[in-house]
Amino acid sequence: MKILTGNDLKTGDVIWWTGKSWSRHIGEAVDAGDNGEAVLAEESAAQRVNAAYIVDAAASPNGPLPLHIKDRVRAAGPTVRADLGINPDVPIVKG
Amino acid sequence: MYQYDKFDQAIVDARVEEFRDQVNRRINGEMTEDQFKPLRLMNGLYLQLHAYMLRVAIPYGTLSGKQMRMLGHIARKYDRDYGHFTTRQNIQYNWIKLEDTPDILADLASVEMHAIQTSGNCIRNISSDQYAGAAADEVADPRPWAELLRQWSTFHPEFSYLPRKFKIAVIASQEDRAAMRLHDIGLELVMRDGVLGARVFVGGGMGRTPMIAPEIAEFVKADDLLSYLEACLRVYNRYGRRDNAYKARIKILIHELGADEYRRQVAEEFAHVKTLGIDPPLAELERISAYFAPPAYEQGLSDEIDRSNPAFAHWVDQNVKAHKQPGYAIVNISLKPVGGIPGDASSDQIDLMADLAEKYGFDELRVTHAQNIVLPFVAKRDLFTVWQALDAAGIANANLDLVTDIIACPGLDYCSLANARSIPVAQKIAERFADAERQRDIGELKLKISGCINACGHHHAGHIGILGVDKKGVENYQLTLGGSGAEDVSIGKITGPGFDEDGIVDAVERAVEKYRAVRVEGERFIDTYRRVGADSFKEAIYG
Amino acid sequence: MVDVIRFRDDAANDQPLVSVEALSGQTNATAVRLESDEDARALLPYLNQLALIEVAFPTFRDGRGYSAARILREAGFTGELRAQGDVLVDQIPSMRRCGFDSFIANAPVDQATLDKSLNRYDHVYQPAADAALPVWKLRHG
Ligand code: HEM
Ligand code: SF4
Repeated sequence: MKILTGNDLKTGDVIWWTGKSWSRHIGEAVDAGDNGEAVLAEESAAQRVNAAYIVDAAASPNGPLPLHIKDRVRAAGPTVRADLGINPDVPIVKG
Repeated sequence: MYQYDKFDQAIVDARVEEFRDQVNRRINGEMTEDQFKPLRLMNGLYLQLHAYMLRVAIPYGTLSGKQMRMLGHIARKYDRDYGHFTTRQNIQYNWIKLEDTPDILADLASVEMHAIQTSGNCIRNISSDQYAGAAADEVADPRPWAELLRQWSTFHPEFSYLPRKFKIAVIASQEDRAAMRLHDIGLELVMRDGVLGARVFVGGGMGRTPMIAPEIAEFVKADDLLSYLEACLRVYNRYGRRDNAYKARIKILIHELGADEYRRQVAEEFAHVKTLGIDPPLAELERISAYFAPPAYEQGLSDEIDRSNPAFAHWVDQNVKAHKQPGYAIVNISLKPVGGIPGDASSDQIDLMADLAEKYGFDELRVTHAQNIVLPFVAKRDLFTVWQALDAAGIANANLDLVTDIIACPGLDYCSLANARSIPVAQKIAERFADAERQRDIGELKLKISGCINACGHHHAGHIGILGVDKKGVENYQLTLGGSGAEDVSIGKITGPGFDEDGIVDAVERAVEKYRAVRVEGERFIDTYRRVGADSFKEAIYG
Repeated sequence: MVDVIRFRDDAANDQPLVSVEALSGQTNATAVRLESDEDARALLPYLNQLALIEVAFPTFRDGRGYSAARILREAGFTGELRAQGDVLVDQIPSMRRCGFDSFIANAPVDQATLDKSLNRYDHVYQPAADAALPVWKLRHG
């Protein structure tokens, strides 16, 4: 599946496309299918997301799991500071 | 230390308002991210893996207690209660909100600090020797020179869009504690026939193609120095490569031209530039130097240290260094607890270090390129009190320059350019060598880890270096041996195939044990490596 | 008509721009265009005949033109020195310091933003091709 991510312009928070808006929780991300580019263009132009891109992911019982470790770290927070993660229940990095 | 006058303050205050204006234009949608990016980067604001990251300049690594406390305040108020001290003697905050940055800069400006030129293709924060003003072996204090260079390079109108970033270091001792020859320009202050001047090395750097800077001028008189540097930079700005970011550093220009041809071009440009009146009068250097006058040392203090507490005695042996003033010492605060994150300090720890500087250290602190903190002027009488306070805060780690005093870049835990994580590797190695007795037996060993080839963690200059690479989507680590960033500067060589995270820890241990097995009396790891050669280490590592 | 932002009082030069290469054959050319990879010093023999030098900025990152401008001013050129290309409003103040006194920017320049940024800094740390005195001169007279 293809999910969409970027950062909130003002806060810098990592955010994921939920199909209607953006969430800080990757668990709410949806498969954007072939629509990714179009959604990103529209959302970026409206400044609802910054530095956005498409992520390859696999479905898992915990929600979408990015294929690349970089995006898993993005979703979970620094692996060395579990206390700072925003999705503490997602065992994401070691997939 | 240096204090702003009305001119310095006006410039920094104007910068805060300029950035406030730029941030507003971005948030209002008057600028796209593409247009805003170079502007925010000129101010050290990156967009990293999790959030915006702000890099604050600590000019030549020097801070007052008040400034240090402000760094703690910013961590507490705008970030998540900690900061990361970097190999370029700066501090980075990892969780900054764009909308807060103008206020953060205003807070910094209130204590004479800023984030100017902490990134971008401009002259970056000047780095220097963390023992400046206290080291027994310096020919002059490098800080006034570093301040002079800071002012000259700030908003330099010609050199704000260089081919690539530009880093300058100034030292004044033969012992090099600032990796001087791994900078774009390294200056070593020297005296010749009673005249102060500098040896000028140009074209060092790490990254993808590490190079040791060749000497371009054996002696430039102090009052010609800015003109000479202006000439060095102009030749680079005109002829440095702009077709490929990886070949754009000045080291590549000098490598391609040859040091002799570069030297000739600089000499020609210098002859012209010197007629322009760029060098400030001696009075300006004297004005700046006056701020760096030695502190009001107490005379007649004893050099005796009560070593009856063994943990304290170990800390003194490892972290406390000789001072030029009798009765005083240089204290190194290691931000490398075993299992911790190299270079990170919490707001409370930052506040404590500020307190200790104010109470026992003539109000001065330094940040080192090894991501530690120095109190450069502590009376030996006060060492035990200082140690007790540090110990209570978890930062009395007695491991300076030992195998657990690891330099590590943020790596894939924070950095969007990373291939692999650095911090967990540092933690595992530190845990493997946690036994203090064994660490002391191993002795000086500089271990440096970068999460990608950009080499922010100085791995090329590590006695043992570790480089994170991406091996088909999996984190993998290459091992290099034999580097050094000190006066015996050298670039480490890759030993062979890479390792996974646990494998690299084992490989490091095998290299260390090989050293212990074959060393002769008085040899450090690097000395043994150089004597016996790479092959026998490879054999020990790969079997 | 392209928008020229001009900081000069004299009449604009409307001669066609010739290339640096063409200059040597054309003793009557008064306007030349310097590409970013060309050597500004190649123009020094012609400064007396030139009224306008346009320096190309193919991207805002290409900072060679800043050195070109200073070199031309340091050699005594007093004619119009124009920056053309990917010139960003936030770059114009340093370009002014390097000696540029006219601009043709690819993207429109907001006049209010430009005015604000040109008046932003009262002081500079280093001498350049403009008249601003470095703070060390103000400190020591
Ligand atoms: C997290 C954000 C960071 C980014 C995006 C970043 C980016 C880079 C890049 C692209 C280079 C290579 C430059 C080149 O070879 O031309 C580099 C080099 C370097 N960086 Fe970083 N860096 C970051 C953090 C750090 C940190 C935390 C430190 C200090 C611990 C640091 C210190 C250095 C040093 C010392 C070099 C080597 C300079 C040289 O090549 O001469 N950087 N960085
Ligand atoms: S070395 Fe690579 S991973 Fe480490 S901080 Fe620099 S750019 Fe990031």
